Amino acid sequence: MSNELAPLSDPGLPAHVHRKADIDPVAEKRAEQQVAVLFAISAFGTLLFIYSYLFIDTESFVFIPVMGNTNAHQLGLGMGLAIALLGIGFGAVHWAKTLMSDTEVIAERHEMRSEDADRDAFVASVKERSEVAGLGRRSLIKRTLGLSVGLVGISPILLLGDLGPLPGKSLEETNWRRGTRLVTDPGDRPIKPADLEVGAVAQVLPELRPGQKRTLNDIAKDAVLLIRLRTEEFQLDAERLSWTYEGIIAFSKICSHMGCAVALYEQTTKHLLCPCHQSTFDVTRAAKVIFGPSARPLPQLAITVDADGNLMAQKPFNEAVGPSYWERS
Amino acid sequence: MSAKERVAGNVANYVDERTGSAKWLKKNLNKVFPDHWSFMLGEIALYSFVILLLSGTFLTFWFDPSMEHVVYKGSYQPLKDVEMSAAYASALNISFDVRGGLLMRQIHHWAALIFIAAIVVHLLRVFFTGAFRKPREFNWILGVGLLTLAIVEGFLGYSLPDDLLSGTGVRIAHAIIQAIPVVGTYLSFFAFGGAFPSEIFIPRIYVVHILLIPGIMLALITVHLMLVWYQKHTQYPGPGRTEKNVVGYPLMPVYMAKAGGFFFIVFGVTALLGATASINPLWLYGPYTPGQVTAGSQPDWYMGWLDGLVRMAPPWETYAFGYTISWNILIPALIVPGIIFTGMALYPFIESWITGDKREHHILDRPRNVPNRTALGAMSITFIIVSLINGGNDLIATHFDLSINQIMWGTRIGIIVLPPLAFVITKRICLSLQRADRELVLHGRETGRLVMLPHGEFVEVHEELTPEKKWLLTQHEQAAPIELELVDQAGVRNPKTFRAKLQARFSAANAEAVAKPTAQDLKQLENEHH
Repeated sequence: MSNELAPLSDPGLPAHVHRKADIDPVAEKRAEQQVAVLFAISAFGTLLFIYSYLFIDTESFVFIPVMGNTNAHQLGLGMGLAIALLGIGFGAVHWAKTLMSDTEVIAERHEMRSEDADRDAFVASVKERSEVAGLGRRSLIKRTLGLSVGLVGISPILLLGDLGPLPGKSLEETNWRRGTRLVTDPGDRPIKPADLEVGAVAQVLPELRPGQKRTLNDIAKDAVLLIRLRTEEFQLDAERLSWTYEGIIAFSKICSHMGCAVALYEQTTKHLLCPCHQSTFDVTRAAKVIFGPSARPLPQLAITVDADGNLMAQKPFNEAVGPSYWERS
Repeated sequence: MSAKERVAGNVANYVDERTGSAKWLKKNLNKVFPDHWSFMLGEIALYSFVILLLSGTFLTFWFDPSMEHVVYKGSYQPLKDVEMSAAYASALNISFDVRGGLLMRQIHHWAALIFIAAIVVHLLRVFFTGAFRKPREFNWILGVGLLTLAIVEGFLGYSLPDDLLSGTGVRIAHAIIQAIPVVGTYLSFFAFGGAFPSEIFIPRIYVVHILLIPGIMLALITVHLMLVWYQKHTQYPGPGRTEKNVVGYPLMPVYMAKAGGFFFIVFGVTALLGATASINPLWLYGPYTPGQVTAGSQPDWYMGWLDGLVRMAPPWETYAFGYTISWNILIPALIVPGIIFTGMALYPFIESWITGDKREHHILDRPRNVPNRTALGAMSITFIIVSLINGGNDLIATHFDLSINQIMWGTRIGIIVLPPLAFVITKRICLSLQRADRELVLHGRETGRLVMLPHGEFVEVHEELTPEKKWLLTQHEQAAPIELELVDQAGVRNPKTFRAKLQARFSAANAEAVAKPTAQDLKQLENEHH
């Protein structure tokens, strides 16, 4: 062990070197003036702040290079505040560094551990006190106390019960039913197949039933993306093909990974991309995952047209939309 | 005695007779703090926290944490008559119709970014210099806890305005909760008061953001600082500095002025950023609706690494007996961060087990003298940086015209290959630096002056180091590895053989070092020269 060889010796704290302001009265005076100037700049900053707050119109804009068109009111307030604070800060630090004593001081340091005598005395007194309380002897009290303290903890946890409803089957259900018409979002207008050209994409929602009001919770499960391809471009089995209508295919817009809106459609490759984590789905193959972290295709909605020629759902989604969860089968 | 002094004396006397504070104050005003720029990193975190409390309080006066539907009637024309939540409308109101509101919002957001950045850099300083060693393990754990809380607090904070970007972040957080096996669905319904997004989530996280977490953080910060105070600050090695002393300046007046001034500087810089650098321009995103999303969705930087991990996760899910386990969410969002934060909290104990060192340490390490720890730190940083790069893969792809798939595959491989590589390289660099230190002490500094000797040989003149510099380069300890004792002196087999072997192996790897020069080495060199 090289430690056992003699280490080099510690030469000790080097001699103190005086600063210019310590020995030269002119430098000292200059440092004092510099500090005063910094504090004065701070005061100017506050004046700028007050002026901006009271007299610069909140709607006035100025052009500043690099920043572009900038709101003069906000800029004046911000710059005023910044100057006021920085002036005080730099002034105080400059004062400390140039004019306050910079003689290094050595303080002793002691081990954290208490003296043995104190530790023994502490242990002895804890023992003595617990004997006074008689915890060791009175086991009946100890056990019932343990029981009651353990039980009383249940109440606050139980009180949290009304934080939310139980999930039940709600995650599996959407507002899509057999015969629900597809309506545009925004606009709530029914759609005919002819409204969509080949290559077009539209976001749709289920038509509201009379008296029904649409909430964000509904949209979070109901949002559907319509994409129109040429029928021959699909590579689907017979069942899935029957869920499309004249080349129009409908998928849940809610990502099967973490629930973002799968909003990016690339027309040339016919891929849907989720902007959150880049899960990529192939529209021609029933939204099969071809890249990224998602483990499942987007649920497909079976569609057809009603008597008036408007697009409608054949049936509800046959699986839960959105991200996975424990009970999802 | 002047009138001023008499008044001051009276006040001091009045307070002391009721609190006995004179003795305590006398001692603590003379408290010595060592001086080093890296000790200001924790200060930046502390001051940012104060700025957050001040600016945050201002924002609460106008922010309405409600998801009630309103129609926007404020002065921002592009969103006029748009339906949105009251939370988003009030965030717009703060930005456009409260004088100084936008400035305060931007100061608050910048301060949050600086706060967490300062915590991370402070943590790295503490890690690389070994300041977490005995007796400071508690403070290390408090620090890890504060970092965790700060990240959660930051996430909740930028989720509050209920704009399209932040709502997308909440959607992802919701999916993470929901992915927890067995209880996830229930937890998410309890947290959100029903299915996503519900109408009660913003008010709930508001109370957590402005009261619960800041309250806990304030308490932890207080304990953190009290421990720093009580245990006295660590110091960097140098002449005259020992494990038994603290060399520095007294609290009054030097540190009061420096630290007080520094608070104003941090606040001033934050105000400057708030005044000139736009951050989270939420009016551009529009109100949240689950059916829409902004392209290039990015979380704040301290969540970016998590998002990057989630993006690069392989598409694994298990379906069995009618239940689903989403490994593609669990591994990157819960298991890996769990391992990282637990490992971080336990690190002081792991290191002390490996080195077998149970003594107090107040002199900081130079990172090169502890190659394994330094390499481990570099490895962790590499891991986070690779994740962070993948968290911005979409922006990198569009800015540098790259394929997003290639970046993703690059980081998927990189996250496994690069951290160990960083470990090996860093360890080698540390050992090389040790060798360089040894050369410096033994042979002095290369002056670049070439001298021709009388017989024609050219030599470069080396200048001997000062005793102070020599001491700095050789003051560290070089501990020998722990000897493996499979059988004790009485011939009894060590019952903990596996643990002992593991410890001996780690310890041997940890003790790898270039021998530092000793007094004998120097003496021998001297004899050779004469």
